Amino acid sequence: MLINQFLILGALLFCIGVYGVIARKNAVLVLLSIELILNAVNLNLLAFALRDNNPDGQVFALYVLAIAAAEVGVGLGLVLLIFRNKKTIALDELSEMKG
Amino acid sequence: MLGAAETGWFLEHAYLIPIIPAVAFALILFFGKRMPMKGSEFGVASMAASLVLAAGTAYQWIQRVDFFAGGEHVGALAGFGRAFGLREEGSAGFVEPVVRKVVWWQSGGVEIGLGQHIDGLAVMALLLVAFISTLVQIYSLEYLRGDRRYTHFFAALTLFSAGMLAMVLAENMVQLILGWEIMGLCSFMLIGHWWEEEANAFAALKAFWTVRVGDIGLMVGTGIVFFGASAYAKSLNNGSSGFSIAAINEWALNGTHSHAILLWGSVALFIACIGKSGQFPLHTWLPDAMAGPTPVSSLLHSSTMVVAGVFLVARLYPLFHTGLDINVAGQHFNLIAVIGGITIIIAAALAFVQNDIKKVLAYSTVSQLGYMMMGLGVGAWTPAVFHIFTHAFFKCCLFLCAGSVSHSGSHHSFDMKQDMGGLAKKMPITTACWIVSTAALCGVPLFSGFFSKDEIIDNAHHNGYTVFFIIGLIGVFMTTAYMTRATYLTFFGKARGAAAGEHHDEHAEAVVHADPHLAAQDEHALDDAHDAHAGPHESPALITVPLIILAVLAFASGFLNAAAFKIEKFTEWVQPALDGIHFPELHSAEFKWANSIPSILLLLAGFVVSLGVCVAIYGEKANPVRGLTDRVAPLRWGHTFLVNKYYLDFLYEKIIARGIAHPISKAIYWTNQNVLDRVVNEAGIGARLFGNWVYRNIDQRVVDGAVDGAGAAARGSGGALQPVQSGKVNQYGALLFGFAAVGALVLVIVNF
Repeated sequence: MLINQFLILGALLFCIGVYGVIARKNAVLVLLSIELILNAVNLNLLAFALRDNNPDGQVFALYVLAIAAAEVGVGLGLVLLIFRNKKTIALDELSEMKG
Repeated sequence: MLGAAETGWFLEHAYLIPIIPAVAFALILFFGKRMPMKGSEFGVASMAASLVLAAGTAYQWIQRVDFFAGGEHVGALAGFGRAFGLREEGSAGFVEPVVRKVVWWQSGGVEIGLGQHIDGLAVMALLLVAFISTLVQIYSLEYLRGDRRYTHFFAALTLFSAGMLAMVLAENMVQLILGWEIMGLCSFMLIGHWWEEEANAFAALKAFWTVRVGDIGLMVGTGIVFFGASAYAKSLNNGSSGFSIAAINEWALNGTHSHAILLWGSVALFIACIGKSGQFPLHTWLPDAMAGPTPVSSLLHSSTMVVAGVFLVARLYPLFHTGLDINVAGQHFNLIAVIGGITIIIAAALAFVQNDIKKVLAYSTVSQLGYMMMGLGVGAWTPAVFHIFTHAFFKCCLFLCAGSVSHSGSHHSFDMKQDMGGLAKKMPITTACWIVSTAALCGVPLFSGFFSKDEIIDNAHHNGYTVFFIIGLIGVFMTTAYMTRATYLTFFGKARGAAAGEHHDEHAEAVVHADPHLAAQDEHALDDAHDAHAGPHESPALITVPLIILAVLAFASGFLNAAAFKIEKFTEWVQPALDGIHFPELHSAEFKWANSIPSILLLLAGFVVSLGVCVAIYGEKANPVRGLTDRVAPLRWGHTFLVNKYYLDFLYEKIIARGIAHPISKAIYWTNQNVLDRVVNEAGIGARLFGNWVYRNIDQRVVDGAVDGAGAAARGSGGALQPVQSGKVNQYGALLFGFAAVGALVLVIVNF
């Protein structure tokens, strides 16, 4: 069935996203990776919506898109402010906790 | 061709009348400054277009009325499939209003529409507003020439007219509120047009906030009426809701309602009318609104803004009529008539002590609005509405005359005592227009005011409201007296100050106050090398032509409904069917010349007394009457009382507003400190004693043991986990996904 390809692609995207979140230092790239993860999930939702011939999944995906847009907006705003205050957006330099 | 006269393009498309100026407003705002005439062409053109449409609407409405009066074409009309043509049974003479609407938005099953409700009243008001607005805009072309916010002035003026027009043809209360509030906003912008001066800015704020006090009543009243009328409106099955004006009116009359709802609904709505129409006790904003440019005062005080309140009462008259039991046998007082009556007297009294010509007119407006309200209150609907109609012409004319005097005669001053006098010879056209309008305002027979105001007074008597009959007569006397005073001071007697060609130091203020005059001066500079005026002279044609038109109408408009000559066209066209279904059954007085004798006599008396006193006080010879208010204590007190406007402003600003700001807040602070804090403190002390005991016995021994143990454990585990709390986001992410992966693995295993 076609669905396998969807799921594999989704999983692939998800892994790339996770890798990005963990390995990248640049905050913008981390946000980008999070988008990848969300879209991987979207792909899964759409795939199952297709298989079950049920629009619920598509609706869900739309919601995810909308929320993701808002989230990126907030995220980028944070990054901007952080940059203004610290002159850097490298995440490892932002550690303020005393570990 | 629509064939029959029962409807027509203009009637069906009356909704365009407010839309045109609204569009023009946007055009002025966005493109006005780039246009050759700085945006004023949009304003004038849009008002002229509205006027044409309104005139077409009026024409077709009259045809419709005639058609319904004839009625023989009803059968032929049925073939057109129009609902309008059909008469309702049992309501003879009822002319169906042309109601159209679109759904604006929906909320909880209630459709809020935008639309038009065209009946005689709406047609009358549309024509009036469009006409006056057009003339005022033309007048403003000259009056505000060169003003620094010329474009914005026209934008606001146009939107203002749009608001009034939208309100006038509103199909439902929500649209009415919309127009009402647009007007409130624009009045704020226009009154504060020269906001650089603090007084003007405050006047604008005062106008806005005072009206807002009343507007709360509008919201509450609309709410009450909505919930009352909703069920009835639904049962009509014609798409109307509890906001629809037609539905509200029918509901109010059909008798199946709770009277309390009607009563409180109408009281709340009337509070809004008090605020908007400058009725006692919220009239204080109106004279201050004179801070705006004169065309604004003229528009505000003649056909728009202040008339809105009267219009609302007239519009929902069945509601007020039933709610306040107007005309119920044995009733001598009701809220509307009482407020109107008080307003007539107190405003007229205030007009005597004003030195500013515009403020005299402002109080005169307040007083005349009192007449309209009183007329509505005593069941004289048609005379009251007719008074709106005639008053618009002569009051607009009077204000524009005052503007003309200030523009060309008195060096931009409005002070009658300092800068006017003897202008009759210098400004013959303005003077003639002023006198015609004054005669109309006072109600000199054959002038328009006579046919409207006297009808109100006559009907108050006819309907058994004796007190208000007397108040109306006293009002006639006072009106004539203060207008004689103003006329004498302005146009006759000895020229003073600027009117005599003097330059006084107000000039500096005038420049700040009004830039238009800088440009005006350029014109004058041609024949006057000095940078100021060449003394009083007649105003240019852009000012005098509107004056003449208005003065002619101030005289002639009364003949639309001159009961004395059996002409009752206005009644025929505007008055709805008094069938008790769509409108209350009103009874109006037969006109008899004998009934108008008292008011004519009082008018003459007012004129003679006032003229005598004026000549004595303001004339050239020294005279024992002069300075009487300084010498005789009771008179002085009365004078001071009036000059201070009954101390109402003092009451509102110093006592009510500051009362809330100061003593009450102080009292609250004291309560806070001494009562609340004390409770808290006592509780605190008690708690401390208890706490000490707990501390010694329970805390130290029992709890601490456990806590210390837990603390030690936590510290140990914390130390062990310390490296995990690195503050590095990536590391957190890795942990998150790592554990999520483990979780997923567990899930897979368990599910298999």
